[in-house]
Amino acid sequence: MIQLVECHPEATIMSDFETSTPDPAETTPLGLAQRGFSGRVSAIMVDGDHLGVSAMEIERRLLELGIVEGVSVQILHEGPIGRDPIAVRVNGTTIALRRREAMAVMVGAHDRAAKSTA
Amino acid sequence: MTVIDTNDWRIALIGTPNSGKTALFNALTGSRQRVANYAGVTVERKSGFLQTASGHRVNLIDLPGTYSLRGRSPDEEIARDVILGKLASESPPDFLLCVADATNLRVALRLVIELKRVHRPMLLVLNMIDIARRRGVDIHLDKLSAELGVPVVTSTAVRRGGIDDLLRHIDGIAGKPVEAIVASDWTTPAVSDLRTAQREADRVIRASVSEPTKPDTWTTRVDSVLLHPVWGMIALLLLLFVMFQAVFAWAEPVMDLIKEGFDVVGVYSATVLPEGLLQSFIQNGVIAGVGSVIVFLPQILILFLFILLLEDLGYMARAAFLMDRIMGGAGLHGRAFIPLLSSFACAIPGIMATRVIDNKRDRLTTIMVAPLMTCSARIPVYTLIIAAFIPNRPVFGVLGLQGLVMFGLYAVGIFSALAVSFVANRFFWRDSATPPFMLELPDYKLPQLRSVLMNLYQRAMAFLKRAGTTIFAMMVVIWFLASFPRPPAGATEPAIDFSLAAMIGRWIEPVLAPIGFNWQIGVALIPGMAAREVAVASLGTVYAIEGGKEAADQVGHMLAGQWSLATALAFLAWYVFAPQCASTLAVIKRETGGWRWMLITFFYMLALAYFAAFVTYRIALALGWG
Repeated sequence: MIQLVECHPEATIMSDFETSTPDPAETTPLGLAQRGFSGRVSAIMVDGDHLGVSAMEIERRLLELGIVEGVSVQILHEGPIGRDPIAVRVNGTTIALRRREAMAVMVGAHDRAAKSTA
Repeated sequence: MTVIDTNDWRIALIGTPNSGKTALFNALTGSRQRVANYAGVTVERKSGFLQTASGHRVNLIDLPGTYSLRGRSPDEEIARDVILGKLASESPPDFLLCVADATNLRVALRLVIELKRVHRPMLLVLNMIDIARRRGVDIHLDKLSAELGVPVVTSTAVRRGGIDDLLRHIDGIAGKPVEAIVASDWTTPAVSDLRTAQREADRVIRASVSEPTKPDTWTTRVDSVLLHPVWGMIALLLLLFVMFQAVFAWAEPVMDLIKEGFDVVGVYSATVLPEGLLQSFIQNGVIAGVGSVIVFLPQILILFLFILLLEDLGYMARAAFLMDRIMGGAGLHGRAFIPLLSSFACAIPGIMATRVIDNKRDRLTTIMVAPLMTCSARIPVYTLIIAAFIPNRPVFGVLGLQGLVMFGLYAVGIFSALAVSFVANRFFWRDSATPPFMLELPDYKLPQLRSVLMNLYQRAMAFLKRAGTTIFAMMVVIWFLASFPRPPAGATEPAIDFSLAAMIGRWIEPVLAPIGFNWQIGVALIPGMAAREVAVASLGTVYAIEGGKEAADQVGHMLAGQWSLATALAFLAWYVFAPQCASTLAVIKRETGGWRWMLITFFYMLALAYFAAFVTYRIALALGWG
């Protein structure tokens, strides 16, 4: 239970992943964004194979779930342990994925949404 | 018009997961469906018939849900092969019915664009159109159809009259000779193809759909509690608690009824049949044996009812989300949660449910540990031994010792499943791929009673078929082993002492003695291979034949007098791990496509069982419980 309380989204201490509020002008990996983040996908860049899964396969799976450049995304929920996985609203559907894979999704924050949340 | 009976018109139903495809299939075919397996593989083949208004008979095939024809899992490979006409056992479908969730078109339209390359006649069905309209999604069907180059029809699978349009459409095209088919030029989509197709799908949506910026607030609101890091976990635990409470408490009256029913039939058969071999066979072998298995039907139905409801509601994917890191710590995929949860009812559907895991390695690990989850077949063994040996005294005022022991047995099962998977990941799988955890969290939907009942019925039949065949056959074998050869005339010892069962039991006794098992247990373990619960019936049979009819009613009492506490505890420990279920092993062999994983599972479980029983027995002896 202590573990759960520590990982409460309102808590300020991050456990596994450093998060940051991105500058609207810049892009950051979705994997580093916190709950409430809202933005637009600028690029999908898988930085190499991960645990034996080819970078191309990860990219294909992201694309198959509708995550392409230009689509708007919003982090709705975070998992109970280490704030992982995350539930991301992608243009009307909700996708669950681990932060490790979300690192490949580069996002730029929406001007307004970034202020109102997190 | 006449009915074309020589060659039914064949329609394949394809769509992304969560598109409501199965609900549509149920609405179209009603109860005229058949569940089988594709030849040579373990993927379920669901097909059904429907009769159009003008009398055409249409054969409808429900393909596994898929995001693309890439074939990432055995299920998706089947969907691809059927559509491409690559499967030797299936003639290619005459027509494709592509089902899309009208509230979630992006992913579905990308699939449609990919499917167009197969060049089969196709119809796009916008399912759940009522929900889309209620949310204010305005879809211009003509425009959508023109942009896609595919005819479009709407449906609401779960409403009366909701599929009328679709039926009219099918009637209009059914039976028409299939136009000269252009050969498929489908190739496995590369990353760039997927990207282009998704862009094209998004363009089509912009051109033909005006979407409100009002998401499903209901789902969002419910999720803010159910996916909350703290409340979500509490809700999940509460749900599991209610589930198991229901399995034990609700099922009891029905189980008692079934038990009494079989007793009445057994007693009646004894009055009708002349005393002797036949009477013993019918009463002790057939009726008692089958009855002791069918008694679990209520529990299995209640557990499956929960699983089906949660699945249809859309909660299962959320449970996977909440459990992913916890399962991941043990090297399991978040999706393994569903199969492992099902394994609490029975490892067989659990192992079959691992088909949702598209990675081979994750799937094999889950299959290997699924039999360690405490299935309902262990419950009669546990309750019998606990009731006979564990005093029902309160612990810390509120908890009962019996319940605590039961809980402990469940906990040991779960813990060892996680531990085995952890070890397997460290030693067997070091070099293979860990697939990404990515899945859709569908909007919540009210489950459809009809669809749930139909599924439940299919599970019940599968279980009864098993009880009626495998288990029945084993019961006859154990009765035979326990009854033959007959004791010589004038013998004073119980008849079973002369039987084959006793010979086998005594033969393996030296192996079982170090873990505190007597030869009667050895006898019961052999038929217990058919199914765990049969061991109870077998102990009953062994002791009933030995001690007369009264003993059969009170196996527990009998055991309490014959076994030491140490033996009873060792027996429980054995049952946590023992691969005591031939059907599970058979399913593992079928699902993994060979003997290898079945044998690995059998021997690792056997080794754990022997070890656990040995340690338990020795510790119990040291504590003076011998």
